[in-house]
Amino acid sequence: MTAPARSLKGSTSRAVLVDRIATFVLWLTGAFVLLLLGSIVLHFLLAAWGVISPGFILGDPSDEALGGVLPVLWNSVYMLVLAMLISVPVGVLGGIYMAEYAPQNAVTGAIRFAQEAISSVPSIVVGLFGMILFVNTFRWGFTALGGALALTFFNLPLMTRLAEQALRSVPAEERNASLALGASKWQTIRHVVLPLAIPGLVTAVILTAGRVFGEAAVLLFTSGIGTPYHYDFANLSLTDPASPWSPFRPATTLSVYIWKLNSEGLGAHVREVVDGSAAVLIALVFFFNLGARGIGRLLTRRLTAS
Amino acid sequence: MTHATADQHLISLRARPGLRERIDLPRRIVFAAAASTIVLVALLLVFISWQGIALFVRDGYTVADVLSPVWDPLAEGRPQFGLLPFIGGTIAVTGLALLFSTPLSVGLALFLSEVAPGWARAIVQPALEIFVGIPSVVWGWLGITILVPFLADISPRQISLSLPVMGEVFSMPGFLTGFSWLAGSLVLAVMILPTITSITYDSLRAVPQELRTGSLALGTTRWQTIRHILLPAALPGILTAIVLGMTRAAGEALAVQMVIGNAPVLPAAVTQPVTTLTSQITLDMGNTVFGEPWQDALWTMSLILLALSVASVVLVRVINRRRAAA
Repeated sequence: MTAPARSLKGSTSRAVLVDRIATFVLWLTGAFVLLLLGSIVLHFLLAAWGVISPGFILGDPSDEALGGVLPVLWNSVYMLVLAMLISVPVGVLGGIYMAEYAPQNAVTGAIRFAQEAISSVPSIVVGLFGMILFVNTFRWGFTALGGALALTFFNLPLMTRLAEQALRSVPAEERNASLALGASKWQTIRHVVLPLAIPGLVTAVILTAGRVFGEAAVLLFTSGIGTPYHYDFANLSLTDPASPWSPFRPATTLSVYIWKLNSEGLGAHVREVVDGSAAVLIALVFFFNLGARGIGRLLTRRLTAS
Repeated sequence: MTHATADQHLISLRARPGLRERIDLPRRIVFAAAASTIVLVALLLVFISWQGIALFVRDGYTVADVLSPVWDPLAEGRPQFGLLPFIGGTIAVTGLALLFSTPLSVGLALFLSEVAPGWARAIVQPALEIFVGIPSVVWGWLGITILVPFLADISPRQISLSLPVMGEVFSMPGFLTGFSWLAGSLVLAVMILPTITSITYDSLRAVPQELRTGSLALGTTRWQTIRHILLPAALPGILTAIVLGMTRAAGEALAVQMVIGNAPVLPAAVTQPVTTLTSQITLDMGNTVFGEPWQDALWTMSLILLALSVASVVLVRVINRRRAAA
């Protein structure tokens, strides 16, 4: 009577012990990842301390002195806006089709397959595709526009998918109510579904945009690897290759600049400049993420309250 | 059938649709926007494939030439474009990265989904999002400034292990500079951690709550429930996560290129410099001329990468179809 009871108790306590160990190990993984991220952020805070100043952010690159990153930072923002000008409208419209119209058929299946395929294609290959198309076939050379279009290839499937999710999260009752009032399908989408989906759409835009800042492999062979030493922002020409406003000029972004500095290793202050640039890049990504959450939440509150 | 007749009935009650309704311009526009992805992928496949076969078609190299370990693009007479060092390097670096990253990521997903109280999840989840956002070049830079010097410090010379009776059981060259297979794999392991974690987490959350409560009601511990109920139930999701992590690792270019040493040799020891498909493309594409065999070899590498990513999409579909059927 006692023997089996004891062995049962033994196996139970062993199971409890294993459970305790497993729980401990799982907590450890969580702590490890936090520690890793924390030390990375701390590392860049310390490394960028003394490098980042208004002069660094608003200054021009220099081979001798520390210099600044204004031209490449400008290019990052410029390319971001250019890429989003194309991918947001096309992505939202595509998302509308996938969420509101798409029937269960082969074409819809093919669109989904294409979306999955392009999200798994390495970004360097997307960049090479952009290079054949814009640099070699169209003979544009390295241009901001070519880079932005290549970024669009890379971003559009994500934007479309996120827009589709935002639209799908609008309750069906809203659509039914609108249709029951006699509105057409397009009127319903335009005046009921889209306004309700705005918080989700804004989050989608910010998340997609955040990826653009960090991307470099797509841009190496489409918008070029050079050092823009100085931009004359008073030159507002949209066609002059020397104008920072023109899409038809090479445009090295902050990420590409980091890669370039590292691979060439020239200049007296490479290490400081790269540390500072990396810190700026991380800060931008950080604010984009916070922004995506914050603005999404704010808009939800505003729009659902009114 | 009944739907169709009901629709027809409705239509007959309504006025005959005008030209505008029949054309339904908004529908056509949104369809064009969605279908642009298909056109894009088709173009990409055609262009990369066309360039990728040039090495065979235009330059007269054979598959046997390409499957050789000798890479010598500057050789006198006929340059040699053996791609095995790159294919082998990509497999080796990716494989080791998965070996590091998979247990950690699955552990982290289990922590987030089964163990962590609300406050811990509220800290770790945003942290993971920032992880995803850290750009590839920044990971590469961290690798160069922290990891590579660290590896060079711990063991620049021969690493060997000798036991009293058996003698030397294990020996490999030291890190020398630190630029190595191991450095590449460690950087990649960290980069794919959020990918594997988030997909595994989603598939764990998708396991019905009843399975957990049912198992716990039978008196199992939480770990027994995880081990025997949750992990098997979430297996297709975990496999999907690993395949996508693998695709990401194999396709990652800049971070790997920065720390791996870029030596076109077959990978032999984790302490030695190797190279990958992506890093060689990144390095050489700018130094070659469009149309020369050297650049064509780089396009062939791109085609291999493209084939790999299409294969992974198909693989993910197969894994998930089996789940849908089960």
